[in-house]
Amino acid sequence: MTADGGPELVQLLTPEGERVHHPDYDVDLTPDELRGLYRDLVLVRRVDAEATALQRQGELGLWAQLLGQEAAQVGSGRALRPTDMAFPTYREHGVAWTRDVDPLQLLGLFRGVTNGGWDPHEHNFALYTIVIGDQCLHAVGYAMGVQRDGTDDAVIVYFGDGATSQGDVNESFVFASVYNAPVVFFCQNNQWAISEPLERQTRIPLYKRAHGFGFPGVRVDGNDVLAVLAVTKAALQNAREGNGPTLIEAFTYRMGAHTTSDDPTRYRVAADLEAWKLKDPIERLKVYLARNGHADHAFFDAVEAESEALAVRLREGCRSMPDPAPDSLFDHVYAEPHPLVDEEREQFVRYHASFAGGEH
Amino acid sequence: MAVTTMAKALNAGLRKALERDEKVLLMGEDIGKLGGVFRVTDGLQKDFGEARVIDSPLAESGIMGTAVGLAMAGYRPVVEIQFDGFVYPAFDQIVSQIAKHRARSGGRTPMPVTIRLPFGGGIGAVEHHSESPEAYFAHTAGLRVVSPSNPMDAYVMIQQAIACDDPVVILEPKRRYWDKADVDESVDIASAPSPFTARVVRPGTTATVACYGPMVRTCLEAALAGEADGLDLEVIDLRSVSPLDIPTVAASVRKTGRLVVVHEASVFLGVGAELAARITEECFYSLEAPVLRVGGYHTPYPPSRLEEEYLPDLDRVLDAVDRALAY
Repeated sequence: MTADGGPELVQLLTPEGERVHHPDYDVDLTPDELRGLYRDLVLVRRVDAEATALQRQGELGLWAQLLGQEAAQVGSGRALRPTDMAFPTYREHGVAWTRDVDPLQLLGLFRGVTNGGWDPHEHNFALYTIVIGDQCLHAVGYAMGVQRDGTDDAVIVYFGDGATSQGDVNESFVFASVYNAPVVFFCQNNQWAISEPLERQTRIPLYKRAHGFGFPGVRVDGNDVLAVLAVTKAALQNAREGNGPTLIEAFTYRMGAHTTSDDPTRYRVAADLEAWKLKDPIERLKVYLARNGHADHAFFDAVEAESEALAVRLREGCRSMPDPAPDSLFDHVYAEPHPLVDEEREQFVRYHASFAGGEH
Repeated sequence: MAVTTMAKALNAGLRKALERDEKVLLMGEDIGKLGGVFRVTDGLQKDFGEARVIDSPLAESGIMGTAVGLAMAGYRPVVEIQFDGFVYPAFDQIVSQIAKHRARSGGRTPMPVTIRLPFGGGIGAVEHHSESPEAYFAHTAGLRVVSPSNPMDAYVMIQQAIACDDPVVILEPKRRYWDKADVDESVDIASAPSPFTARVVRPGTTATVACYGPMVRTCLEAALAGEADGLDLEVIDLRSVSPLDIPTVAASVRKTGRLVVVHEASVFLGVGAELAARITEECFYSLEAPVLRVGGYHTPYPPSRLEEEYLPDLDRVLDAVDRALAY
């Protein structure tokens, strides 16, 4: 396996910011749309940086960083239509951004005020899934529902290179294949599953796995927002037209730690990081925009100012986020009355009320 | 009103559910053309089509995980796991996803998934085909776990489980699939008793015997045999093991003073253990004897030539009653 993704890598924008052409994939974006993608990338990176800082300050219990994966997430997220459904892992903060989920709602999960946070139906963005790979089956089931509804919506599901070893992910490939489900499997190969390198998950390039399941696989430069957008749009269109699933392997790199609890210096070398820094997803788009006159200083300054304002809003919003009411832990466990839960809630409330002044 | 088997009663109940709500889908291994290995889904694919009665790939976690997605998309999947011992590959999807999803979505996304699980022993089967995994599921918040003991309950409870907005594991006692009884198909499931309530199936005064699923027939036979010895046993069909209908059992124990709990599952940390704790709390001053349990042993389910030694039978039930009376 080559460290640069090999000749199969679909690329439309080189790390140096040069627009290149590919025989199968292309995008035709207006300058406005290109600037929009740049803004997305910058703001998503800022959300990630602020959340990491908030964890260091004790405001979040944990944060799963996406640094380096902004283009893979924004490019694929922006390929979706509003009515398409997306199933994330716990690191898809950039996809959440494209689905109009307020980043504060993501912080709520990592702060520990909720196990969910947003309305999956309002955003067509499922809740984060922490058990590795489980969501791939959910996506296929949802896509089977779409088939039965008879709409031309499509479904996308995110997972990592480590997840490709999971049984559920492989079962989801089988189900999607035999039912020809309108789903796109979007694997962000960030080269690391916590401390385990790709070599511990596979002996062949991940996108090639698809062929064994009977559907196409494609490897895209995950740090190239234009290529990711093009490849994902094509795969979604394929699904809409009844041609079944596609596996996209977005070849990228986890520039940060697995989570704020991780210490990558124990298992990987700094030279790798330096090499991948040169392939930064934001820098190459900035160069492209500036060089082609699609954006000027005023634009870049405005995005920077917006990023600052977003950071302030996140810091303040996170710190002022109230803890849930203690007895809310009994809420929504069941849809219909359940005598045990009702009884335990009563006991819980009575116990708390037994303290002087009803203080908890 | 017609005499029919439990398997056919379940089939009729599934048919009613499919007719009532077009969002109801059936999914499982061999449930289509074959009609399921126990023929519970016989003829349903022919009448409702392959889009609604779905033969799945041979992957239990895949069945359960796709059911989650179908539920998110507004469907009401009814999944069949072919045998009790094959549910474990799907355990993660049941416990981590199906059970928790409603709570973590703040009540926004219900999980109306019905998990059909032929369970229990007594059919001379090979390994992994005779297990009683109810405690695993009952221990998991967010799930409901029920088990019909007779054709009429099977007909009603399968429909009620499907209509319920919570995920329901319905444990079908496979050795009672061929038991016959009257089934009244005109019954309205909405006005029928909740499936999450117990029922006194034989009133009595000497002691209370609580059981569910396959053990109800065994316990009724024990009660009949006990009559000759002057015993007047009250038998309760729990019907639901999560939630447990504590008030019905407590009312009975306040009357009889003694409780024996019977199930095929091993007694350690089982439904009987929970009932013993709860009834001791609720009925401490009414109890004349400790709550006793009759069930499987803390061993793997044995080879079928030994299963009659493992499974509670009439004699073991009456032995426990005698021990309770001897206090």
